[in-house]
Amino acid sequence: MNLYDIIFYFFAVVTIASAAVVVFSRNIVYSAFSLLFTFFGVAGIYVLLNADFLAITQLLVYVGGILVLILFGVMLTTNVVSVEIKTGTMQTLPATIIVALLAGLLGGIVWTTDWFVGKRLSEVTSQTTSKEIGTALITTHVLPFEIASVILLVAIVGAAMMARRERSNTNI
Amino acid sequence: MHSYIPIILMVSVGILLGSVFLLLHRFLGPHRPNPEKLSTYESGMPPVRSARERFSVKYYMVAVLFILFDIEVIFLYPWAVNFRTLGLFGYVEMVLFIVILLVGYLYILKKGALRWD
Repeated sequence: MNLYDIIFYFFAVVTIASAAVVVFSRNIVYSAFSLLFTFFGVAGIYVLLNADFLAITQLLVYVGGILVLILFGVMLTTNVVSVEIKTGTMQTLPATIIVALLAGLLGGIVWTTDWFVGKRLSEVTSQTTSKEIGTALITTHVLPFEIASVILLVAIVGAAMMARRERSNTNI
Repeated sequence: MHSYIPIILMVSVGILLGSVFLLLHRFLGPHRPNPEKLSTYESGMPPVRSARERFSVKYYMVAVLFILFDIEVIFLYPWAVNFRTLGLFGYVEMVLFIVILLVGYLYILKKGALRWD
């Protein structure tokens, strides 16, 4: 068990423990904050997998953006402590059948797939992926890159419309 | 993997320093609480109701806009890493990218989505 394994297990434990808090906490503010550590742990695992661009994306978008949205969503709600998440209707038989089918499907995929096992990741010479992604994005895939900006523009216009509609109702 | 060692060191020193100071305070400082000290305003008025209020939905709208520009930064980052090798072409492409999003920013400003009240 070298340093690499120790760091991996550290991030795995952080991810799973905080994910358990997200699910089992009675206070949804705790759940939302615990999600921070889940995202952070996943980012750490991305770093360990030599996917540094994904790790940065995870940190910037999920920790920096999505989590803020979730927290604001929590703050918009009326009840925070001991929210009853259970629904009234319990469809035990269909739920059992569907979960069993899903588990069988996933298990079958794991069983039949010919998993690619390459070099041990700790032996991969450190080569940052973000450099290669940047080169590919500006040279060979420059058109999708510019189209992405147009798509973002559409999203910005849509968000502005939403924000505006809420305002105009209060004005009238 | 070696380039991450400074980050690991920084994070662990940060966690260590923070927890050491918190624990030192717990063990060295006097700890004699009374209900008066533990109240929200020690010499003020007694607090009424819960401190938690529902936030205005405006914060949410600003956060939605923030995420969109956050994604723009994600595109900036791999370009900035090899800014020199991509040269003028990469620079022009990135300026084009930013100008397109700047149109969106101007639209937001003109729509008044960033005005608060």
